[in-house]
Amino acid sequence: MDIAFLYETFVTLISAIPLTLQLAATSVALGAVLALGLAVCRLSGIWPLDWFARGYIFIFRGTPLLVQIFLIYYGLGQFREVRRSAFWFILRDPYWCAIIALMLCTAAYSAEIIRGGLQAVPHGQIEAARACGMSRFMVFRRIILPLAIRQALPAYSNEIISMVKATSLASIITIMEVTGVAAKIISETYRAIEVFVVAGAIYLAINFILTRVVALIEYRLSPHLRQAPALPAVAAGEMR
Amino acid sequence: MTQPSFLDLIGSGPDGWGPALAAGALMTILIALAGYVVGMLFGALGAWAKIAGGPIARGVAGTYTTVLRGIPDLLVIYLFYFGGSTVISAFGHLFGATGFISFPGFLAGALAVGVTSGAQQTEVFRGAYKAVHTGELEAAIACGMSPFIRFRRIIAPLTLRYALPGMGNVWQVVLKESALISITGVVELLRQSQIAAGSTGRPFDFYFIAAIIYLAISTISGALLQFSEKRVNRGVRRG
Repeated sequence: MDIAFLYETFVTLISAIPLTLQLAATSVALGAVLALGLAVCRLSGIWPLDWFARGYIFIFRGTPLLVQIFLIYYGLGQFREVRRSAFWFILRDPYWCAIIALMLCTAAYSAEIIRGGLQAVPHGQIEAARACGMSRFMVFRRIILPLAIRQALPAYSNEIISMVKATSLASIITIMEVTGVAAKIISETYRAIEVFVVAGAIYLAINFILTRVVALIEYRLSPHLRQAPALPAVAAGEMR
Repeated sequence: MTQPSFLDLIGSGPDGWGPALAAGALMTILIALAGYVVGMLFGALGAWAKIAGGPIARGVAGTYTTVLRGIPDLLVIYLFYFGGSTVISAFGHLFGATGFISFPGFLAGALAVGVTSGAQQTEVFRGAYKAVHTGELEAAIACGMSPFIRFRRIIAPLTLRYALPGMGNVWQVVLKESALISITGVVELLRQSQIAAGSTGRPFDFYFIAAIIYLAISTISGALLQFSEKRVNRGVRRG
């Protein structure tokens, strides 16, 4: 293998990492908000909301992300009304189209994860909160949501990682993130294997760090699952 | 000139792209099936290495699943498509061919999808094998079955039963991943829609119908999977 070429590729690809991270972070953050809304709709017991959320999730999980990206980026421009609307400056920009598509797609997957987390909250906890006199909203904010987040975190970390991988599709609509730059180098040099090794290593590193970070958050959020730290001698003495 | 309606576009009339789209959908199913079968092979090999392999085999299988689940599928497709072309061109030059020989997109796509889904399939098979009760294996040994008969009569059917839900998930992923193969020029559903969108100037209509066809394929195959799950579980007592 040609070390100089690998190094050169690595340096070129590093400059594209911020864009990949930016795409992933923005769409995951926006998607999480949308997903929470969808999950609440699913569990609201109000049938129009429930069925809207069901339909949304069915459609976005049943179609390839690339089709969704094309539908938004190329498809919407077909309508004169869209081209003349105030949103056109967003919808003709591949960056924002990629973010919208990624956000809508991840929302569908995350909604089911969050719903699972919300449903896993033990009923006793909610009853206890109600018994303390908390309002419905306060119960949700202080009890249900934190417990649900803790419950859903392992599955959600998988979703975040698959979103980092999904940002690569943005390269197909001309966005030069890591995969886009990698494809450009491949088509200029025809050295697919070397470029693949470098780009793959970058994605692996990003995903490895992400899993570590989520594991750390999970650790912080579940002190009840750990052994209690041994009490210092003085404190133990005072307790007698 | 009046614009053809949506139904004209997807029909089989003079303006209709119906037959082309149907052929594209068929190609999508074929390429997804081919990729899925390759993935099953890789998955079976990987699970076998992880369960029964020595330290080297386990290490290789572990690296395989970690790496392939951590990098984008699109990158793997680029690797197989461009990398395959490079290798094939080099071979061609040995035999006196000149210039660039491109690797067949169908093969590159099926291999790429197979290798990525194989990593997921490995974990599905491994988990399913672990779910088989040791008592069943002991009973098989006690009956005097040889390792091969044990695998064929006891391990394979039971593993399949536990693996089926996971295999169904992998199939849905493979089906959606097959859309990425359109970048290699294989005229599957998405590529056909792109061609139609380009030549009619009606991108929304064609990507919309493509989305509906994908939805239909995944719904129908989902129903089939549910049916077969019921069938392999018909011997299980519930409640």
